[in-house]
Amino acid sequence: MERLEVLDCEGRCDPALKPQLRPDQIREIYRLMVTSRRFDEKAFRLQRQGRLGTYAPISGQEASQVAPPYCLQKSDWMVPTYRSAGAYYTRGVPFKNILIYWGGDARGARVAPDQRDLFPTICIATQIPFAVGLAWGAKLKAQKEKKTSEVVLCYFGDGATSKADFHEGLNFAGVFRLPIIFVCENNQWAISLPRSRQTAAPTFSQRAFSYGMEGIQVDGNDVFAVHRATQAAVERARAGKGPTLVECETYRLGDHTTADDASRYRSAEEVARWQKLDPIVRLKKYMLQERLWSEAEETKLSSEADLVVEAAVEEAEAFAAPNPVSFFDHTFAELPWNVLEQRKALEEYLKEKDSRKDTVILDKEGRFP
Amino acid sequence: MKDPVLVKESAVHPKKTSPVESSSTKDLNLVQAVNLGLRQEMQRDDRVIVLGEDVGVNGGVFRVTEGLQKEFGESRVVDTPLAELGIVGASIGLAMYGLRPVAEIQFDGFLPPIFDQIISHAGRMRSRSLGRFTVPMVVRSPHGGLVHAPEHHSESPEAYFAHTPGIKVVIPSNPYDAKGLIVSAIRDPDPVIFFEPKRIYRSVKAPVPQREYTVPIGQAQVVRPGKEVTLIAWGAMVHTCLQAAAYLSEEHVEVEVVDLRTLAPLDLETILESVSRTGRAVIAQEAPRTCSLGSEISALIHERALLKLQAPVVRVTGYDVPTPLYKLEKYYFPDVDRVVRGIRETLKF
Ligand SMILES: Cc1ncc(C[n+]2csc(CCOP(=O)(O)OP(=O)(O)O)c2C)c(N)n1
Ligand SMILES: [Mg+2]
Repeated sequence: MERLEVLDCEGRCDPALKPQLRPDQIREIYRLMVTSRRFDEKAFRLQRQGRLGTYAPISGQEASQVAPPYCLQKSDWMVPTYRSAGAYYTRGVPFKNILIYWGGDARGARVAPDQRDLFPTICIATQIPFAVGLAWGAKLKAQKEKKTSEVVLCYFGDGATSKADFHEGLNFAGVFRLPIIFVCENNQWAISLPRSRQTAAPTFSQRAFSYGMEGIQVDGNDVFAVHRATQAAVERARAGKGPTLVECETYRLGDHTTADDASRYRSAEEVARWQKLDPIVRLKKYMLQERLWSEAEETKLSSEADLVVEAAVEEAEAFAAPNPVSFFDHTFAELPWNVLEQRKALEEYLKEKDSRKDTVILDKEGRFP
Repeated sequence: MKDPVLVKESAVHPKKTSPVESSSTKDLNLVQAVNLGLRQEMQRDDRVIVLGEDVGVNGGVFRVTEGLQKEFGESRVVDTPLAELGIVGASIGLAMYGLRPVAEIQFDGFLPPIFDQIISHAGRMRSRSLGRFTVPMVVRSPHGGLVHAPEHHSESPEAYFAHTPGIKVVIPSNPYDAKGLIVSAIRDPDPVIFFEPKRIYRSVKAPVPQREYTVPIGQAQVVRPGKEVTLIAWGAMVHTCLQAAAYLSEEHVEVEVVDLRTLAPLDLETILESVSRTGRAVIAQEAPRTCSLGSEISALIHERALLKLQAPVVRVTGYDVPTPLYKLEKYYFPDVDRVVRGIRETLKF
């Protein structure tokens, strides 16, 4: 199975595989990665302080979060998972939205009308079949208009490859030669289960062959390798040459979510081993060696990242509470009698409840998990 | 108005623990009670195996299978690939082969992929093979909302299963029943969906005997006797209903609370007996209203006890919309106040 590595952990670049990126692009990718990490750390703390609901951290996966969406155009589609803060940010979705969404408010997942970035999908792998449908639509449109195609970037984890949705989705994409890039973020774990529990095959990328598509494994902590592989996949897809499966071998440095305790199932030595392969550290070493970066610029970026994150937190926390009956509104284009009746009943009930003295007997709530 | 507190479980099942047993009885929560039931059945019967995502080393995300892999080994407590359809499909085959699989589906919202295997195979294996092949399998899953969870973690999908021929559906509301019902489910010759109300996983503690006992599938229980209204519920909603009943008793309205415990097959006898006495029925559920269990129970009461009714049956339910994210979930799920209101409606007649 083909495996692509460009940067080693000292930030030295394979001379045959110089990045196809301009210095300003490299700096921009670095900024996106650093800011995403900063946000991640903040989100974790917010959850611990009771200011945010469950959150799935991305720390350690910044290369595979940032480089693939960086290869897209605005008119392309991104179909993320729930572990996608860096990918969203790269696509221009503000951190504020992520905080609002994980704060239990659906409005956080509503992106601008011109933005083709889907909501987080929580049921593992279920996004893959409909991402394939989006790519099919894009292909039909390109054929009709005799233009190059929009492409779809579809994310999922190593665990997701075990589900039927993955196999059915990739098979469709292969059969219909669809303009889609499947990025498998193999972060070695699916909650407490190691990647060896998901497949007996040595790689995830080799699945591609059985569906008649291109497949490649990359060092997922090497942002240049991820970029090179996805850029090539995007170009193929755009040119009508079909789908690609890109496996990014990376590592989730944090807990699965804020509801998890990873020390129950994996060793500190393993985490330490992967910490040495930190994608941000590697890129920084490269940039310093190539004189694309200085410590002064690092200091500046660091305070800018803090400002971006703090502003997002302020905005999210200032966001007005949702209207209690708003959850009825988008059930259908036109609400049927039962939904309308229930909406009205809740509205009247809440009004009446406010005016009563003997109300609000709240149940004890549970905990997740 | 005083703040009604969660009704103590010991008050719900006073007759269940006789003094003889009390020495070998421990206060357990629902998680620990299911764990104990699983452990004892695994000790008793080596055909029982547990499988699912994160059930081994991690002991399940709610820790219901905590310690089982250590005690019974990796071949009886099996961490599977991430594939609900695979877990349940394989369990069906294991059960047909003669084992007693207990599959865990991590959350209610991840049950949909198993419907193909449940509807197409589990529910009809016995009938299509005229009894030659059977599926003595248990599928465990958390149930319900109000835990501040992300999307798909607060669902009440019991009606889909109860609607499926050949499938039994069980949901305990307290630790005593949880242990007795998990044992019955494992020993049952047919497929059982075993829901665990996650809101009260840890908040309700009660004395649970260490000795072996079962709570039979198909039997509801009157958890609070009353004369004026029958209030029917299951899972976490039983506790909401007990609070509503306690509240109304201060106004001298005596509400009888029936905990269904089994949702398929329904304990029609207990329901009809109670409603015939009280003449009024309220059904409270977290699930959306349309085509729900509440619909079925209401139909049964109207069909079989119409002339005993003083008022139409009232359903207090979740709404016919997807469960909202957690900021709004308290408006979606019926609370004590809404249940009290539902009861008052039947008293107007
Ligand atoms: C269908 C389904 N089953 C189970 C879960 C519970 N769950 C949430 S994340 C997860 C592990 C996913 O692992 P992977 O696909 O590797 O993604 P990662 O979380 O590592 O990014 C599981 C089992 C779920 N969300 N959806
Ligand atoms: Mg993973």
